[in-house]
Amino acid sequence: MRRTARIKDHAREKRLYTDRAFITAISVGIMLLGIVLRLFWLEGVRHSYYTELSQGNRVRLEALNPDRGLIYDRSGTVIAENTPAYQLELTPEQVPNVPDTLNRLAALGLIEVDQVPALRRLIRAGRKFEAIPLRLSLSDIDIAKFAARQHDFPGVALQTRLARWYPFGNVGAHMLGYVAAISEEDLSHISTDEYAGSSVIGKTGLENTYEQQLHGTTGFQQILVNAQGRHVDRLGGTTIKLSTKQPSAGSDLFLGLDMRIQQIAEEALAGHRGALIALDPMTGDVIALASVPSFDPNKFTRGISTHEYAQLRDDPNRPLFNRALRGTYPPGSTVKPLMALAGLEYGAIEPNTTRLCRGYYTLPGSSHEYHDWKKDGHGSVDMRRAIATSCDVYFYGLAETLGIDRMHDAMVNLGFGKLTGIDVTGERAGLMPSAEWKRQTYKQNWFPGETVIVGIGQGYLLATPLQLAHATAILAARGKNFRPRLVTAIRDATTREIKKLPPIEDPAVSIKDPGNWEVIVEGMEMATEAGGTAAAGLGRGTAYRIAAKTGTAQVFSLGQNEKYNANDVDEKLRDHALFVAFAPAEAPKIVVAILVENGGHGGTVAAPIARRIFDAYLLGEYGQPSTKARK
Amino acid sequence: MSKIFTPGSSARNMLSLAAVAMRRLHLDGMLLGSLGAVACFGLFVLYSALGENLAQWVGQVGRLALAVVTLILIAQTPPAWLRRLSPFIYGIGIILLIVVMLHGHIGKGAQRWLIIGPLRFQPSELMKIGVPMMCAWFLHTRPLPPRLHEVLVLLLIILVPSLIIAKQPDLGTALLVAASGILVIFLAGLSRGVIATGIIAFGSALPVAWHFMHDYQKQRLLTFLDPSQDPLGAGYHSIQSQIAIGSGGLFGKGWMNGSQAQLEFLPERSTDFIFAVVGEELGFFGQLLLIGLYAAVIGRALYLASEAQDTYARLVCGSIALTVFVYVFVNMGMVSGILPVVGVPLPLVSYGGTAMVTLMASFGVLMSLHRHRKLVGA
Repeated sequence: MRRTARIKDHAREKRLYTDRAFITAISVGIMLLGIVLRLFWLEGVRHSYYTELSQGNRVRLEALNPDRGLIYDRSGTVIAENTPAYQLELTPEQVPNVPDTLNRLAALGLIEVDQVPALRRLIRAGRKFEAIPLRLSLSDIDIAKFAARQHDFPGVALQTRLARWYPFGNVGAHMLGYVAAISEEDLSHISTDEYAGSSVIGKTGLENTYEQQLHGTTGFQQILVNAQGRHVDRLGGTTIKLSTKQPSAGSDLFLGLDMRIQQIAEEALAGHRGALIALDPMTGDVIALASVPSFDPNKFTRGISTHEYAQLRDDPNRPLFNRALRGTYPPGSTVKPLMALAGLEYGAIEPNTTRLCRGYYTLPGSSHEYHDWKKDGHGSVDMRRAIATSCDVYFYGLAETLGIDRMHDAMVNLGFGKLTGIDVTGERAGLMPSAEWKRQTYKQNWFPGETVIVGIGQGYLLATPLQLAHATAILAARGKNFRPRLVTAIRDATTREIKKLPPIEDPAVSIKDPGNWEVIVEGMEMATEAGGTAAAGLGRGTAYRIAAKTGTAQVFSLGQNEKYNANDVDEKLRDHALFVAFAPAEAPKIVVAILVENGGHGGTVAAPIARRIFDAYLLGEYGQPSTKARK
Repeated sequence: MSKIFTPGSSARNMLSLAAVAMRRLHLDGMLLGSLGAVACFGLFVLYSALGENLAQWVGQVGRLALAVVTLILIAQTPPAWLRRLSPFIYGIGIILLIVVMLHGHIGKGAQRWLIIGPLRFQPSELMKIGVPMMCAWFLHTRPLPPRLHEVLVLLLIILVPSLIIAKQPDLGTALLVAASGILVIFLAGLSRGVIATGIIAFGSALPVAWHFMHDYQKQRLLTFLDPSQDPLGAGYHSIQSQIAIGSGGLFGKGWMNGSQAQLEFLPERSTDFIFAVVGEELGFFGQLLLIGLYAAVIGRALYLASEAQDTYARLVCGSIALTVFVYVFVNMGMVSGILPVVGVPLPLVSYGGTAMVTLMASFGVLMSLHRHRKLVGA
């Protein structure tokens, strides 16, 4: 149904085509000309602008290091902060003669001679215009020494940076830990973005446990650099906008620890190898946590020399070892109150039942004699008296009645053989033996003789000083069980809001007759009175009542007929001195556990230290032991 | 014939021998020469852009040889065959596109490749020649200019493959395929009214197209409008490319001396952005030379098209010539920052084989249609 005839008119179509092709050709020409003009604009007119861009200023991302969170003690004293450290840097392109400069710096003692070859390699590998750190931290004397001769060292400069500083030095070093250079191993479990601007990371102690909170968030800044990566300030009128994301500082930690108590503890223990832990039994807050000898963590944060590190590592007194958390020792007689509690709980004994102590104990059908520490014996003792005089024979007998497995159950309940869960890494679990444990470990049956000596805290039984403090705290709190902790509050860096962390209360140790707690505490109070093992060491006339238990742990076994004489044995084989105590006995506010390696009798060495701690904490007397009369 | 080689006139005789060979092989010497010049220029720049990677460069030379052989073989095909084959080529192309859509290999995040034995093949490339051939075949017997309902049929022929390709997603190729078909309609003498309607329709279709776009395509368009919005992200290509060209100046920094290209600030420098390498290393005049060579190719192809004697040949030849122009314009516009970044290679210069073979094949079609005209014509 065509209205008009549509016949193919070849001539007309060709004209039409030519017409269209002409239009097209013109358009093509115009558009190509447009391209040419655009190219001329870029290459002819704007050439110098783009040359500057290419020669070439680029945008790079530079990480901004967040300030590490601070750590405060309970009175608000700063115990870990960030202070400027002076770093010696060398910029290769500004130094006329690098080897000569290094040799002269070494001659001045500013760098170590044996480091010169390594530094030369480092300088060769780096960029010419980038400063290479020669030494991370300079002492005031070195700063003065360099400042006086700075004009002799073109291209060498002092650079300030923030470094971790522990104002108390080696006091509390094990508890705080330290930060040091990020290692290959650290890199495997951190995000490289998060640590792009950081050169250090928490290695031990709180610095390690609370790394996430303390570190903060890394910021980023766009910077202009030219083709070789050199930093430049200006980019001729470009439209590239530079942006910055500020870093946010780490959170601050608040501890329940009292730095004054900590100082007293470390001072008192000075010259020994040992540990002291003070806890608040009603919260679990750590009041002091000392391990001596200690070390200066500032050395680690400001670049420790290999020589200094080797000295610390190879010192026979092991200053880097945290005895409070990681040292496991036979607890000795300090476990006797706990054993007595188990005896009452299992109905193995009554508080007033007496036992005759002749100075030795034998198992039925055996002639082996288990000696009491007092050669002639304590005579007839009941439970309170047995605790107060630390009668071994009483507890040999109790242990035999209880048997190892009931002792095991009772002691595990009190935290032996397992981690306390304190908020510092590295804690050890110690060992609370059982018949089952011995079968699995030694493929042997449990022998009755092994039961007897566990009753006085010897044999396989091993505990950390922290576990002793924790178990004593449960006793002091009459069964309440607070998990030991250092950090009690955290301040958010951005909101400045202090968030208090509630104490962590673990399931209480419940006993059938709560009156039994008092029997044990009374026994421990008697130990501090005339005739008790702790009386002499604690001294007279305290303004508060103390409950205590001494301990002396054998390091090596004596033969059946040998006699221990401290003067005859090597110092390292002498008995460990132990001491646990809390005060006030009726409403305890502080628990102390003290260990002195090879220190002899706990009542002699450790008890006076406990007295000083109590006076300081309870009476606010931070000086010499008080001699106030009891009210 | 051997008498021709006489001393003294050997040079002229060689030329006339070459001319005879060209005619015998149905080839157009000028067009082939221009194409060869562009290709040689391309290989020269590519050697630098590839960072002296000889293995890749030799591979590209091999693909160029394959493309030239393809051109010569297709040029031998009688034009009537080509015309009659048009619907079949188009139909096979559509089927392969559907196969790729369902079973294709995904490379670089897009589903474009069909792998048959050792061959990797993009059916969308086939459609670059298949669509204009189909459109020209449809119009061949019909009086021109086409009427509205015929135009609508033609649009359907164009849009079906274009939309499938756009969904792969390969927006660049889809635009080129659509352009090759629309150029046929335009050359067929579409009235001005219809063209105006088309432009309005295109404008109103833009929001629809926006809806069909992938996020990265949207981002490219937004970035094109303001590259400084995202200097380290999507705007990076455009900014770095303009820096490369602008810093080249009138004479360039010298072959293999472009800091933008050689220090890898310039992305895709051997493929889509190779024209920026030309600008940086050979300068404004280097780019002008290349544009001139393209102009020779396009102009000669348009001239050959206008000499063709039937509707089919004219339309196909004209479309091929203008498609090359669209390629060149879109690529250069993108590289110099006046068009958005769309993945369109620079014909015969960018690294890559498929597009080059397709292009040379279409020039084979063009030469076949032109050089056989005496045999077909009245």
